[in-house]
This record gives sequence, C-alpha cells and structure tokens, in this order.
Amino acid sequence: MSAYAADVAALARKDLRLELRAKDTLPAMLLFVLATLVVFHFALPPDAGDDAAYGLLWVALVFTALLGLGRAWVPEREGAALDGLVLAPCDRSAIWLGKALATLAFLVAAEVVALPAFALFFAPLRGTALLGVVLVDIGICTVGSLVSAMAASSRTRELILPLLFLPLAIPLIVGGVGSSISPDGGKYLLFLALYDGVFSILSWASFEYVVTE
Amino acid sequence: MSVISARDVEKRYGQTWALRAVSFELERGGCLLVTGPNGSGKTTLLRLVAGLATPTRGRLEIDSDRSQLGYLAHEPLVYRDLTGLENLDLYGRLYRVSERRERIGMLLERFGLWEARGQRVSTYSRGMTQRLALCRALLHEPRLLVLDEPYAALDEDGAALLDRELEDLARDRTLVVSTHDVERVVSLETARLALA
Repeated sequence: MSAYAADVAALARKDLRLELRAKDTLPAMLLFVLATLVVFHFALPPDAGDDAAYGLLWVALVFTALLGLGRAWVPEREGAALDGLVLAPCDRSAIWLGKALATLAFLVAAEVVALPAFALFFAPLRGTALLGVVLVDIGICTVGSLVSAMAASSRTRELILPLLFLPLAIPLIVGGVGSSISPDGGKYLLFLALYDGVFSILSWASFEYVVTE
Repeated sequence: MSVISARDVEKRYGQTWALRAVSFELERGGCLLVTGPNGSGKTTLLRLVAGLATPTRGRLEIDSDRSQLGYLAHEPLVYRDLTGLENLDLYGRLYRVSERRERIGMLLERFGLWEARGQRVSTYSRGMTQRLALCRALLHEPRLLVLDEPYAALDEDGAALLDRELEDLARDRTLVVSTHDVERVVSLETARLALA
C-alpha cells in the first residue's frame, strides 16, 4: 500500500471508529431518511405516479447526506484535532479523501435501508437508477466533504453548509432524476461520472487552501 | 544558521491586526522565549511558525519541514472520543514513526499516562489531556518544537516533569516557547521576543 493510501485508510478508519463509538451520525441519517420517505408516502396523491416518487427519493437522499455532512467535521473541531492533522507531514488531500470515504460509508449504510423502503412504499429502482445512486453518492461525498470543511471553521456553519452545498448538488439531482426516469438513463450516468471526475479533482486540489488560514 | 527568520511579519484576521511588524532570527539549537500580555499575538505568532497560518505581510522563513516540527497548542489537537493510545497511534502512522508502538509506550510511561492509555480522552482531566498533547507533540522526535503555554493545566509533578523534558530537548533541539511561567524556562532561553 502506498504511503498516501495508508494515510487515507488510517484517517477513514479513525472516522468509522469514532462513529461506532459515539453513534452520532448514522442513526440520525437512518431515522431521517425513513421518516422522510414515510412523510412523502402520505403526502403524495395516490395518482401522482412513479416519476414524482423518484424525484422525492433524490430530495430525501440529498438532505440525508446533508445531515451527515453537517456532523462530518465535528470530531475535528473539538480539541482542534484538524490542526493536528494539518500539521502532519501527510498530503493534506488525504484528510479530505479519508473524510469523503467515511461519509460515503455512512451514506451507503443509510441507503441500504432507504432504497428497499422506497421500493416498498413507492416503486422499485431499475439498474440505471441504482448506478445513478452510486455516482451521486460519490459526488455528494467528494464535494460535500470539501464544503463542510469550509463551513466547519465558521461560527454560522449550520447556515453556510446548505448554502454552499445545495447549489453544487443541483447537477447531481438533475443527473440522479434523469437516470431514474429517462429512457436514455445512460446519458445521465455519463453526466454524473463527468461531474464526479471534475469535482473530485477540484476538491482534491483545493482542500489544502481550505484548512490553512 | 537561522532556523527561523522573520522580517516585519504581520497577521490580520478580518479587520483586526493580531500581530504587527515582528522581526527576529532564531539559530539552530536556540530557544526563543516569547512573552507578552494576553492578546499581544503570541499564539498567532506560534501558529505562523507552525505553518497553520500564513502572514498577511512580511517574510517568514522556516528551515524545517512538517515532519520535523512539533507543535503544542492551547487545544490538545487530539480526538476526544478516541483513547490516548488510539490518538497517538493515528499520529504515529501519519508521521511514519519508526517502531511506533515502542515509542508510544515509552512516552505514555514517561508522562504518566500508561494506566489511562485505554480510556477515552473525554474522560481525562485537563492535566492528563495536556500530558497527552505533549506526547503527541514529541512523538516523532521533532527538531523544531513550538510550545504554546506548555505549563498550562499541569500540576506541580507534571510541571517538574516538563522542566526535565525541556532541559533534555534544549540540548539538541530548537525551541520556541510562549509562557507566562517565564522563570521555568529562563535558564534555557537564548533569545527573547517581548510582544506588546
């Protein structure tokens, strides 16, 4: 394993260990996404059709992710542990990648419950939609880990995170909805893959400037 | 040869100047004592030296990379929901400390934390947390040590232990120390910077 991969693994493992111990994030995400789906189930008129339900699924997933992102840097803020990581001689982008992978693990865990629940309440997801979920998750976690790090240093972080994140998540929702309902879902998957590639590189390259004063 | 060279270094946060026109040189193996009242910019200067912030104006040159720098801050820079041992293990991996387990065990013994190594940091007293922060700062045997109020929260035993550590370290390391307990480090200082 390269030194960079070892650093990323150590940092992601640390986040998983913290979550297993504190159980701050994942239970909240699970409860939120299930409660949201139940609300949508009763809010949608019976004749609304599957397309409306697919649209609401993406809303539920993005806001569930936002809940997780809001907690993502809390352990680093307490005790100023982020300064300790920034001082370490590892590549600073490894801090971002470790956080993105841990957030991805939490989001996927929430979806393992949420997607069957969606199929139960509304309609099953087809293959392109599931691929869309994977690509959207990657986009959410790469971009979200960067903007939540930006927001974490602010006193108004609860306000700033959604203001920064949601505009950047609009293309993900467009791609996700397209992959779910369009007969040409592959085109939207390509769009999501492109988004993930571009924003992963931008986040990777810019993280260093986010964590230094 | 200078390890740190500062020329008219200034730092501004928003509209507030935290540090104005500071200049100094610190030779390798020297010990710079930074003094000054609260709000005079001691912590800001030490954050600049550690590389956690960049000057707004002026020139600050540090002849040391991150792997050779140890920083003790006001905050412990550790995770409160990890144990002392897990924290040091994480930093040991990131700093690529050779014989990591032995080094961590030796530091925990020396700073009186061996018995508490498996407890979460959130259960530590302030003094124990400060001792753990010292372990973290010394873990990778840095050549340049930047210590911000190292005696804060330490009891008399802890302070006496730190006196001995600093005496040992000052023999072959470069130290930058900010403290209100000037008399404890006055025997080590080779230069003093009094901020107003």
